[in-house]
Amino acid sequence: MLEVTTKQFKRCDLVKATGRVDSNTAPQLAEVFNAINDAGRFKLVFDMSEVEYISSAGLRVMINIQKTCKRWNRGEMVLAGVPERVYGALNLAGFVPLFSIYDDAVEAVGTF
Amino acid sequence: MDDSSSSSLTQTRIFSGQFDSLVEISEFVTRAAGDVGLSDESVYAVEMAVDEACTNIIEHAYGGEGRGDIECTCQINGNKLTVTLQDRGRSFDPSSVPEPDINAALEDRQEGGLGLYLMHRLMDEVHFEFTPDSGNVLTMVKRKETTS
Repeated sequence: MLEVTTKQFKRCDLVKATGRVDSNTAPQLAEVFNAINDAGRFKLVFDMSEVEYISSAGLRVMINIQKTCKRWNRGEMVLAGVPERVYGALNLAGFVPLFSIYDDAVEAVGTF
Repeated sequence: MDDSSSSSLTQTRIFSGQFDSLVEISEFVTRAAGDVGLSDESVYAVEMAVDEACTNIIEHAYGGEGRGDIECTCQINGNKLTVTLQDRGRSFDPSSVPEPDINAALEDRQEGGLGLYLMHRLMDEVHFEFTPDSGNVLTMVKRKETTS
């Protein structure tokens, strides 16, 4: 239902999710992000281009990770390739001002 | 030929109150939403609202997974889809859930209440009812957009 892949770059980590992020799969996404944070890495690109669907469970994961990354100015999670419907959900939840959003992962990785 | 506007179709399915039922529930309601002729955006809204509602039932009414069923009824009536979700868990009082501040700064964002807030924003009508006999009955309505 959800596949999460990661790629470590020199200046940031890229996390790509493919599929549905709902209450069933959100913990799986949180685990991946937490592992990166636990390794002391707080500059993240979340590639959402293959996310078909996200519920508030997924949005909660995103907000928690953003809080962790931004603490003490040590980093940030930026979003890339946000599909229109997913953007709609982010917008409805008032999340758009809380994240920098880039067209694609390459552009987002380049900002770090 | 305006038969479709007066036709009514009701389908009910019972799902186990577990998070891995969410995909099946989603398929069931999006099919009904598609049958009504809702736009893609509205179908997505119904999918999300029902997902949030079922998550609330599992987490709050039942207090965890695998503790009861969710009965889901989709009623198509002309240009209107009515989704009813029934559970036998603890009574749910929506007024006890504070509305999230969606304009708050990052550090002030709270975790609770977002699902309920989204349900109200995504659907045209949302009603909660609890009776000892029926349990929690949540009724949500989405109407087909009219083009002017």
